[in-house]
Amino acid sequence: MASDGGVSCLRRPEMLNIGIGGMESQPLDLDEVHVLAVDDSLVDRIVIERLLRITSCKVTAVDSGWRALEFLGIDNEKASAKLDRLKVDLIITDYCMPGMTGYELLKKIKESSSFRQVPVVIMSSENVMTRIDRCLEEGAEDFLLKPVKLADVKRLRNYLTGDVRLSNGNKRKLPEDSVSSVHASPPLTLSTDSFPPLSPVEIFSSPLSSAMDDEDDDDVLTSSPESSSSPEDSPVRRQKMRSPGLD
Amino acid sequence: MELAQMQKSLQDYTKSLFLEGVLDSQFLQLQQLQDESNPDFVSQVVTLFFQDSDRILNDLSLSLDQQVVDFKKVDPHVHQLKGSSSSIGAQRVKNACVVFRSFCEQQNVEACHRCLQQVKQEYYLVKNRLETLFKLEQQIVASGGMIPAMELGF
Repeated sequence: MASDGGVSCLRRPEMLNIGIGGMESQPLDLDEVHVLAVDDSLVDRIVIERLLRITSCKVTAVDSGWRALEFLGIDNEKASAKLDRLKVDLIITDYCMPGMTGYELLKKIKESSSFRQVPVVIMSSENVMTRIDRCLEEGAEDFLLKPVKLADVKRLRNYLTGDVRLSNGNKRKLPEDSVSSVHASPPLTLSTDSFPPLSPVEIFSSPLSSAMDDEDDDDVLTSSPESSSSPEDSPVRRQKMRSPGLD
Repeated sequence: MELAQMQKSLQDYTKSLFLEGVLDSQFLQLQQLQDESNPDFVSQVVTLFFQDSDRILNDLSLSLDQQVVDFKKVDPHVHQLKGSSSSIGAQRVKNACVVFRSFCEQQNVEACHRCLQQVKQEYYLVKNRLETLFKLEQQIVASGGMIPAMELGF
């Protein structure tokens, strides 16, 4: 339910101007990683776009599965003419969207001869095992739990440059480069109930796969941080280790 | 007020928001995305969140005031608010939305009314706090100072 009417869709993979300072069109650079981000939430689109840009990706952000298909040219058969100009290296999409879900979009992309090779990553605020499994079975490369963090996007970026494999396979420990910033200095070690400690492991490590499988529950979380996870574990499922709050 | 004092006030104020659980670490994630090329990123995203939320809360009030409440309309609104509040680190708003959704599932109108009040309360709280935080930042910048990095080793 974006309030901007989804006008942020462009037919060419140029930088998206969404009214926040600093976003201007750039010429197509075939060496740069180009990501198509799909999310109906305006706030989330802006955040994911910034996350991607800060990790040196070019981003096109759209607000629905239909617009994504339109952008890719999958919705009509005139795709071939556009293919020369359209280079998409990764598609990252929200799962819960009105109209077409991220799962449905994933299926359509995997059915497309032109784009089935493009890795698709699903984002969701709900850690539902059956949902994750379904997406992975349908060919999703990874599943990110929202809210998406810089470490998640960096991992994706490394994957795209071939440094790290996302799914089961040979994984390398990610470099422990601190998330450089002006404002925060990790690690954060608060010890209050309302703000669970954020160890470096949580910032940089791969997710765990021991989510509870209960499709009826919203926001299924475990409250025990499993800080012994190795960064080399398969980041297939993202286990949220936070907020022992009112969930 | 002296610059150093303002910067200390800002740090203390921000710290208190985390301690009270009004904000969670996702807010820090947003701050990490702010730099010289995007110096107002956080306030811009938060402003969008406010605009979005105002609209959603309005829609929710209308939906819940109907003779027959259509939960198919109510739940997606709450889901959306839950998502955006989570994305900016407004932890208490998010948690209130989670509770709200469970009552939507039960189709409990009365409880949903209470939940809406709770969500509104938390929302106005975080809105107020963040507006104060941004004002403090503006004062520092206007005095020629830099926003201090968050030191959260407490």
